[in-house]
Amino acid sequence: MQLWLIPLLPLAGFAINGLWGRRFSKSLVNLVAIGCVLLSFAWVLKTLYGLGDLSSAHVEHYFTWIQSGALNVGCDLAVDRLTAVMLLVVTGVGSIIHIYAIGYMAHEGGYYRFFAYLNLFMFFMLTLVLAANFLVMFVGWEGVGLCSYLLIGFYFDKKFATDAGNKAFIVNRIGDFGFSLAMFLIFVNFHSLDFASVFQQAPGASVATLTTIGLLLMVGACGKSAQLPLYVWLPDAMAGPTPVSALIHAATMVTAGVYMTARCWVIYTHAPAAMHAIAIIGIATAFFAATIGLAQNDIKKVFAYSTVSQLGYMFVGVGSGAFSTGIYHLVTHAFFKALLFLGAGSVIHALAGEQDMSRMGGLRKKIPWTFATMMCAAVAISGVPPFAGFYSKDAILLAAHEYAPWIYWLGVVTAGLTAFYVFRAMFLTFFGDYRGHEHPHESSPVMLVPLGVLALLSLGGGYFFRVPAFLGEFFHAKEAVEDPTLVFISVAAGLIGIALAWVMYVTRPGMADAFAGNVSGLYKLVYNKYFVDEMYDAAVVRPLVGGSRAVLWKIVDSSGIDGAVNGIGAWAQGVGGVLRRIQSGNIRSYATWVVFGSVMLIVAMSLAGGLIR
Amino acid sequence: MDVILFLIFAAIALACAVNVVVQTHPISSAVSLIGVMGSLAILYLLLGAEFIAAAQVIVYAGAVMVLFIFVIMLLNAGKESSKGHSFMAQLLGVPVLIALLGLLALLARHMYPPETMVRFGGFQGGTAKAVGTALFTRYLLPFEVTSILILIAIVGAVVLARKEMD
Amino acid sequence: MPQVPISWFLMLSAALFALGVAGFLFRRNIITVFMSIELMLNAVNLSFIAFAYQHQQVDGHLFAFFVMVVAAAEAAVGLAIILTVFKNRATLNIDEVDSMKN
Repeated sequence: MQLWLIPLLPLAGFAINGLWGRRFSKSLVNLVAIGCVLLSFAWVLKTLYGLGDLSSAHVEHYFTWIQSGALNVGCDLAVDRLTAVMLLVVTGVGSIIHIYAIGYMAHEGGYYRFFAYLNLFMFFMLTLVLAANFLVMFVGWEGVGLCSYLLIGFYFDKKFATDAGNKAFIVNRIGDFGFSLAMFLIFVNFHSLDFASVFQQAPGASVATLTTIGLLLMVGACGKSAQLPLYVWLPDAMAGPTPVSALIHAATMVTAGVYMTARCWVIYTHAPAAMHAIAIIGIATAFFAATIGLAQNDIKKVFAYSTVSQLGYMFVGVGSGAFSTGIYHLVTHAFFKALLFLGAGSVIHALAGEQDMSRMGGLRKKIPWTFATMMCAAVAISGVPPFAGFYSKDAILLAAHEYAPWIYWLGVVTAGLTAFYVFRAMFLTFFGDYRGHEHPHESSPVMLVPLGVLALLSLGGGYFFRVPAFLGEFFHAKEAVEDPTLVFISVAAGLIGIALAWVMYVTRPGMADAFAGNVSGLYKLVYNKYFVDEMYDAAVVRPLVGGSRAVLWKIVDSSGIDGAVNGIGAWAQGVGGVLRRIQSGNIRSYATWVVFGSVMLIVAMSLAGGLIR
Repeated sequence: MDVILFLIFAAIALACAVNVVVQTHPISSAVSLIGVMGSLAILYLLLGAEFIAAAQVIVYAGAVMVLFIFVIMLLNAGKESSKGHSFMAQLLGVPVLIALLGLLALLARHMYPPETMVRFGGFQGGTAKAVGTALFTRYLLPFEVTSILILIAIVGAVVLARKEMD
Repeated sequence: MPQVPISWFLMLSAALFALGVAGFLFRRNIITVFMSIELMLNAVNLSFIAFAYQHQQVDGHLFAFFVMVVAAAEAAVGLAIILTVFKNRATLNIDEVDSMKN
């Protein structure tokens, strides 16, 4: 089936654009980059069509990568139903965003570099998704982290962008550490890193082992998918160009944690404590991030916190035992969150770089297509039936209610908050009077057509792509019961949120500020993101930097290592200085030494028994 | 008879050797060295080395030492001055010397059994004929090489000692 | 008849050699040093002849012969060098010829 073509086509695009892109014209760069991604998407379609039912996994083994003692890791790619869903999302939404980026990045410098990095990201993400063992998945895992760093820091001359890139990479590293430890434990217990082998042996292992592995994997997922406490990098990652935010930080990379958790469902179903931890962290993150999103003024930051919150929902779904619901929400979220980001990019592009919503307003007449498509995404994310978000979010909430009712209620409140802040953003941007000084103009078709496609997907994606049915067989999971009352409550929460936002921001504009004034302490807390970044800075970053400077740099490096190296040089000089005195220039002392030496030689030879017989 | 000969000429050799080392004026040292070589020639005769004894007197005492005396007189070398010193030679010189002497004596005693006795006429193979035969058959290569060595020495000495042409 | 033990010859050779070393180490005049070297060579010659007597072979004489030849050549060249040093330094004191110091 030549699965290797799927990741390797974007890699070829990266190589060509990376090596020679500087000399290409913009159209040639576009052709290479978009062409490779579209070809990859087409190949995915062909492969899935050719594989048919996919009730069992289709594995392709290419070569043995590591053969060392008991460790045997091959370069294996595999496709099963879960992979198929992920492949379609990654290549499909990826292609759409690539096409959008042609228009968005048209006036930016480093054009070829951007598309090269984007293609490289596609390669790593597809490797992650197609992997058939933990190590190949880890290659993709690390690789997407690298591309995230490269793309967040794309505007490398701006310090806040490079700082954000560093932050993303370092926080991800913490998660990767957990993932690595989990891999070690898996190998020690199951003597293999292949998914098939591990998941076959997993039910026989002890619960304690599986729980530890599950918790360590969860640390990795928290890092990559921005859950508490490792979510801090995602809002800062908005420093990158908007297509990057859409592709990497909404649709694909951050969902890698959810995918990995779903892939390891065998381990998790036998480790209930770990699943419980996932569900709790998921709902806590969802609620926490939603509250922060209420008070932000930067349009991209609102959507960033929304992403963190929605990822929390996905983890709730996975943690409740209904893995397919988490993946379902992953798919629909890819549609509407990518659309929200790309639409925000269109707004920013129209306003020549303005991102602060307090300087927007009344844009719905000036950029109508952007407005219309973003509205589709907004109603989808708010869970309004019969659009995409309604199906997936309700599936999760129903599963949560069966698992633990309090999670359901907290999820309902969060759904209300979600609707509220998304529509707050919409109303602040598109309604009222224009508060800025720019000349807004509609974007070019190359940016609008992707918006339109994503809008259609956001509206109808939930209805047409019945993901839980498709994946239900794969996960052997329990069926979610339909409970109309619960569905009604969650939809009502969403509608209440929309209505409240309408009142506070359209009908009575001053009400929001008055309310903020009344609860000024709380408002400040939320506006400043609960000072989490400041806490991390004081508790972790400063001691680490100070300790490194005082101990590692001054003592270990300067005195220790440099001292040792310089000391050897000084010692050699000293020895030389002493030995130099033999060269006195005086012939008689030389002669004395010669006689002395020969006496010693005779003594040595006699003692060795060579002379005396 | 042999013993007396040996003792007399050994004593003369030793006395002259001490004189070489002790005298301050180089001419005195050179003449004492000629004395040493002469007594050694007698001792060679005692050991049956007729050819070598003759060569010693003719080549060594007659040519090499004369060359020395020519050079001393050419340079007008006077009594030795007492300037300059070598710290190392003063420190280690005597002990090392005594050690060397002691070791060599020890080796001489222990390496060779004392039963070999020397008497005049005990070795008949030191004639010119014997030496010549060995020289031109077994030691032909060293002989030829030595002649080249002498040639080099002549050339070197001429080059070093001539006046510079302007 | 009374005979001379060969070890006496060897000890005489050792004593002459030691005296040569003494002269080499303790004298300051270049020419005297050179003569001490000749003294050492003579001592060694005596050893060779003695061993030739002991082994009743003429090879020791041959060795002594070559030593003599080489000594002669060395004397020629060495004295030429001494002349050159005297021309350049105007001194016959080897302690003053120390420009290779350190």
